[in-house]
Amino acid sequence: MQTFSSNFLNWDVIQTYLPDLLAGMWVTIKLSAIILFSGLLVGTCLALVRMARLRLLNAVIIVFVDVVRALPPLMLMVVAYFGLPYLGIRLGGFAVACIVLASVLSAFTEELLWAGLSTVSVGQYEAARSTGLTFLQMMGSVVLPQAFGLIQAPLASRIIATTKNTALASVVAVPELLSQANTAQGYSGNASPLTAASLGYIIILLPMVLAARRLERPREAA
Amino acid sequence: MNDFAANFFNLQILARVWPSLLRGLTTTVLLSAVIVPAGLAIGLFVAVVHSLRNHVLRWAVVVYVDLFRAYPPLVLLIYVYYGLPFFGIDTDAFWSVVLALVLNTSAYFAEVFRAGIEGIPSGQLQAARATGLGAAQTMRYVVLPQAIRNMLPDLLSNILESVKLTSLASVVTLPELLRAARLAQGNTVNATPLIAASLMYLAILWPLVRLTTRLERRTLAAR
Repeated sequence: MQTFSSNFLNWDVIQTYLPDLLAGMWVTIKLSAIILFSGLLVGTCLALVRMARLRLLNAVIIVFVDVVRALPPLMLMVVAYFGLPYLGIRLGGFAVACIVLASVLSAFTEELLWAGLSTVSVGQYEAARSTGLTFLQMMGSVVLPQAFGLIQAPLASRIIATTKNTALASVVAVPELLSQANTAQGYSGNASPLTAASLGYIIILLPMVLAARRLERPREAA
Repeated sequence: MNDFAANFFNLQILARVWPSLLRGLTTTVLLSAVIVPAGLAIGLFVAVVHSLRNHVLRWAVVVYVDLFRAYPPLVLLIYVYYGLPFFGIDTDAFWSVVLALVLNTSAYFAEVFRAGIEGIPSGQLQAARATGLGAAQTMRYVVLPQAIRNMLPDLLSNILESVKLTSLASVVTLPELLRAARLAQGNTVNATPLIAASLMYLAILWPLVRLTTRLERRTLAAR
């Protein structure tokens, strides 16, 4: 028990590395915010573009979504970080993590939203247009709110998964929470920084998980 | 253009690294073959425990599921891999990955099974019990066959995610497909192995993605 607390819950070690860990947590939060915002936005735009039913464009979107869904995000990050330099494109780790994880989120968002949009009944579209709303007004105030309502539970899980995936950025040298904890663990020869980092992730993610649980309920009532 | 082909689609390089990529692919398949069934079995067990309507057990299940839904699997893996030796447990990379990913995916599977079991109307349970079936028989013959059909899309998408998660093993230097490709790329100073590994992932997982999409669409339409 003594060895457990001194190796896993050593406050002295945690205190030494606390500034680094907090800096890492801030990077994790920034990374998540950028990725969630751009991923959801791009995904929504892709679903709207797909509504136009231009055959070639839709084929491109479908292939993009399928490829990004089929490949492990870590594989995509490694290709972008270690592969693109052979083309003379050198991106930093932070940019790679943002672009890859936002692309993955946008693919899942497009897929879910497209399914949601196809489920909203045709009458809703027709009624909205016949009251004189333009395409964008119809989407913004009639169709999208219903479509997002239909997919809120799976979309929430996807948002959580994306936030968890920011830990992958440690592999491409982004000094986020896991990376800081890993470095601290290496220097101190003690696992306590990893315990602290775990706590940090739970502080960020548990409220999201609890909120997602709440979203799953109305579906059962309906 | 020639440069591009030489750096990304170089057949000579591919021939050189092919055996090690195949070994990596085998390890990826092996990891998945252990993790997916174990995650499904433990997830089902946890969901059945949840359905027993015992308050303490129910709480324990909710904490288990929410904890692992909130905990990044990569952090868990690194914790397991670097943490267990402090207990004097010699960690093998393969089994660390199995332990961490089974803990993670079983929580997701448990959630899917739970929703599936709760989706069966209670009238069916009462009818089953009234005809003289025991609790286990009701589960086996009435609840699970219907529940499994309803949750097939979610189960498949979780299986897909579990297979993709095995790529995390590369971080603890287990030479699965991604790690094998990284090493080959370093040795050959060429991006071809990375492209080849991506295509291998696509070859196994694209059919699963298509199937999942189709089933998800059907469920949403039925709602």
